[in-house]
Amino acid sequence: MPGVLPDGEPVPATGELPATALARAGERGFGVYVHIPFCASRCGYCDFNTYTAAELAGGVTRESYADLVLAEIALSKRVLDGVKAPVETVFFGGGTPTLLPAADLGRILHAVDDAFGLAPGAEVTTEANPESVDPAYLRELRAAGFTRVSLGMQSAARHVLAILDRKHTPGRAVEAAREAREAGFEHVNLDLIYSTPGETAADWDASLTAAIGAGVDHVSAYSLIVEDGTRLAGRVRRGELAVPDDDVAADRYLAADAALSAAGLGWYEVSNWAASEAARCRHNLLYWRGGDWWGYGPGAHSHVGGVRWWNARHPSAYAARLAEGASPGHGRELLSAEDEYIEDVLLRIRLAEGLPVSSLRAPGRHAATLAAADGLLDSAALADGRAVLTLRGRLLADAVVRDLLP
Amino acid sequence: MDDAVTYAPGSTDPQRIRNFCIIAHIDHGKSTLADRMLQITEVVDSRLMRAQYLDRMDIERERGITIKSQAVRMPWTARSGERAGDDFVLNMIDTPGHVDFTYEVSRSLAACEGAVLLVDAAQGIEAQTLANLYLAMENDLTIIPVLNKIDLPAAQPEKYAEELAHLIGCEPEDCLRVSGKTGVGVGELLDEIVRQIPAPVGDPDAPARAMIFDSVYDTYRGVVTYVRVVDGKMEARDRIKMMSTNAVHELLEIGVISPEPIKSAALGVGEVGYLITGVKDVRQSKVGDTVTLSNRPATESLGGYQDPKPMVYSGLYPIDGSEYPDLREALDKLKLNDAALTYEPESSAALGFGFRVGFLGLLHLEIIRERLEREFGLDLISTAPNVVYNVDLEDGTSVVVTNPSEFPTGKIAAIHEPIVRATILTPNDFVGSVMELCQSRRGSLMGMEYLSQERVELRYTLPLAEIIYDFFDQLKSKTRGYASLDYEATGTQISDLVKVDILLHGEPVDAFSAIVHKDAAYAYGVRLAERLRKLIPRQQFEVPIQAAIGSRVIARETIRAIRKDVLAKCYGGDITRKRKLLEKQKEGKKRMKMVGRVEVPQEAFVAALSTDESVEQKKK
Ligand SMILES: Nc1nc2c(ncn2[C@@H]2O[C@H](COP(=O)(O)OP(=O)(O)OP(=O)(O)O)[C@@H](O)[C@H]2O)c(=O)[nH]1
Ligand SMILES: C[S@@+](CC[C@H](N)C(=O)[O-])C[C@H]1O[C@@H](n2cnc3c(N)ncnc32)[C@H](O)[C@@H]1O
Ligand code: SF4
Ligand SMILES: [Mg+2]
Repeated sequence: MPGVLPDGEPVPATGELPATALARAGERGFGVYVHIPFCASRCGYCDFNTYTAAELAGGVTRESYADLVLAEIALSKRVLDGVKAPVETVFFGGGTPTLLPAADLGRILHAVDDAFGLAPGAEVTTEANPESVDPAYLRELRAAGFTRVSLGMQSAARHVLAILDRKHTPGRAVEAAREAREAGFEHVNLDLIYSTPGETAADWDASLTAAIGAGVDHVSAYSLIVEDGTRLAGRVRRGELAVPDDDVAADRYLAADAALSAAGLGWYEVSNWAASEAARCRHNLLYWRGGDWWGYGPGAHSHVGGVRWWNARHPSAYAARLAEGASPGHGRELLSAEDEYIEDVLLRIRLAEGLPVSSLRAPGRHAATLAAADGLLDSAALADGRAVLTLRGRLLADAVVRDLLP
Repeated sequence: MDDAVTYAPGSTDPQRIRNFCIIAHIDHGKSTLADRMLQITEVVDSRLMRAQYLDRMDIERERGITIKSQAVRMPWTARSGERAGDDFVLNMIDTPGHVDFTYEVSRSLAACEGAVLLVDAAQGIEAQTLANLYLAMENDLTIIPVLNKIDLPAAQPEKYAEELAHLIGCEPEDCLRVSGKTGVGVGELLDEIVRQIPAPVGDPDAPARAMIFDSVYDTYRGVVTYVRVVDGKMEARDRIKMMSTNAVHELLEIGVISPEPIKSAALGVGEVGYLITGVKDVRQSKVGDTVTLSNRPATESLGGYQDPKPMVYSGLYPIDGSEYPDLREALDKLKLNDAALTYEPESSAALGFGFRVGFLGLLHLEIIRERLEREFGLDLISTAPNVVYNVDLEDGTSVVVTNPSEFPTGKIAAIHEPIVRATILTPNDFVGSVMELCQSRRGSLMGMEYLSQERVELRYTLPLAEIIYDFFDQLKSKTRGYASLDYEATGTQISDLVKVDILLHGEPVDAFSAIVHKDAAYAYGVRLAERLRKLIPRQQFEVPIQAAIGSRVIARETIRAIRKDVLAKCYGGDITRKRKLLEKQKEGKKRMKMVGRVEVPQEAFVAALSTDESVEQKKK
């Protein structure tokens, strides 16, 4: 079952935003997220808002999906009328965006460009499953204006991929990364998952070596989260699978950071490493820096000028709202100054650039000094007026946040 | 009723009144039998009836036990015997069965001439059956033995009638048989109550005297005082006088409970009812006091009650130190309804400001704590309960220790600890294991008696400290649930005791100190240190735990530092979810107490209490 949406107040049928939000729109940059809610099959650990063809039988189809998104883009253009903020980043996520014809992804991208204008040098990423792309498809994407591909590799160990229900062979992700580069993509990312039941330290080292060997300029590494309601959670509950404890996860993280750093990929966010400043995922940075973006598609989240909202989760509900000419928004939240302060700390502390100490309130500044004494924040950076996590601090980031926000 | 006026409160002929209470071992069905009485006498409409109608407090309903006695006035027209067709007024009091609330039972008994001694026909006589029977006998009450739950397939009324008859010295046929579930035999029981229990005797023309047997604070009505009139008459608008303090109050309302309060014009000889004076503090309307009228006062008060003495003490502290005044106010309010609750402010280096609170037992503690949290919205820590010690020092002075951390450090001549007389009833198959258990708890056997061929009564003297924690659970598990326990305080004995301290991260934590027998100290220290290691979550740094007697460390454990506490993934821009999660984590943190730099969960403070592993699973 895909992750549940938060509670909130209803979104007006027109989708309109308060004038105060429009006035601030784009202050910290503006981006676009496009959710593609389709997968060929569901991986047992995944609780993202995505559906197989069988699950959607009789409802929204892959063929008609691009038009739905175009309808929402038209609505967003009306809502943001007068806002002058070119789109700096576009991110197609899923689900498996590459289950749609490349032409459809291109059509959506052009609609975004028509509506708001893509900024010069805009970053345009799509997620892709390794088995869902081939050289021709990748070339088509590149030609349509995509600049970056993010591949779900997860692991190089066959038995780990099997536990994760992944359909690709161990070598396929690395191969797809090569194909992407050959198709003209300068920026390619590989997603990895560690701490999967049955994964050994050697398996993880081999996955890291394979990812590094693929010559990509970006790697994301996530510790496996056992989400409630997933097939994986059921197997763990029944005792069929044993999840490694947090100490193991900590060791895996340290191994990842050591291997990636040695290969010239530096961390810029807790779970993300990049070969250069230019290789960092700008869309990802937009999220962590509190920027604005419009999220299209069922269950997509948006943030504009201190308003967060989220769309109806099920594709049919999403389509029905749009068919009525109404906003697909399901709920929203107008952030208070307090909420914005909390989010600012919570998000920015995860970045290597950290957070200016001056933006913390007095108790937070005091907590920062203690955290530095405990080796969780970098003392030198703190002396320069920035709160930046140390390696150990990254592993305890949530605890640091709780200390900084008493 | 043939003539309403004759039976109205204040003008009922005492000859037509019967006052009785229902007493029994816990869960033998008192409240359920009371339900059937409320129904058969039609004071509660069948549509409004619910199980254990008189258990009105949320806690009573959730736990399925009675905590407070409840008195109800019911009309009854006798159906059989010489008095068939005559109308009577019955005052029934449903009482609690748990040993912690024996005090409630003794108060109720003093308002009655008779008692229905109820015994579960599938269980037979249990320890509180004996205890409550003896209480009733001390009060010279007429006792009607009744076997309940005869509808149960496992009921053995023949067998237990024998047992019961043997116990109270009657014939097995004299034991009535009822089912509180089906209502069988309830009418006959009420007829027997009319026949056997004497009518109240009092002088209607003497100056009025009424005994206060309960006093309850009600937010809307102030103090409601429950009385049993012995002599004379009290009328609405009378000015009443409390004989112990000579304080005079105007009666704003007088009435009876049936089972809702019903205003009446007066209360006369033998009647049970309530008084409201607008007083806001129950201490001005003390249980055991005698009420008279100010214009024609009585000169001699009725016999009072002894205030119940706390058996165990525990420190109660707000997790958030700023809630200390709220805790004081909440205790003051609860005290209004609970004479057994006593408390003194105290402070702890680890926990800040709080109260040392005296309780009748662990159930009482649990209930008070739960009410403080639920009704007053407080987040509390309660420290491991302990008994009270008298310590004689070599310099000739002596100290009363209600908190282990106050244990004197000077040269000690003798330590006195409270002891109880315990009565244990067990099937004879388990006598051996029960004796073994009592032995291991420093008990001395005082006597043993066969109540029937297979049921044995064991009498022990035991240190109170040995039975307040898990003794009852152990007893139950060693006897497959068949044994029952009752106890009463009997004095003190001199014992070889020591104080065991706990050091967390190198600092002694006063709230963890305990006084234990010398021979058990080592095992206690090892167990507590281990339990604390499991209960205290891992922190950002390593935390050593030590148990020590004086400066000698007897046990050591280490809580390893936590290494990972970060969510790796951002959910497709769902920042709201991330913020909500943080708020939840912070709530969790608020429920922790900072001891130095260590976050300690509430459960850790009562860790010494638990012997099973279940608590340990609570740690995430
Ligand atoms: N089968 C059957 N069950 C009964 C009967 N009377 C009571 N029970 C059950 O026995 C349990 C205890 O009944 P209560 O009436 O609450 O017992 P109590 O003596 O008031 O208990 P305390 O107030 O806690 O001492 C409940 O589950 C009742 O439903 C009966 O006559 N037959
Ligand atoms: C939602 S997926 C979408 C991309 C694509 N469908 C795929 O699976 O490769 C994005 C990434 O989230 C990560 N992910 C999904 N569920 C996760 C979980 N339960 N725990 C950790 N990471 C997870 C995976 O690394 C995955 O590559
Ligand atoms: S392919 Fe990606 S989005 Fe689809 S189920 Fe698997 S992890 Fe989730
Ligand atoms: Mg009861």
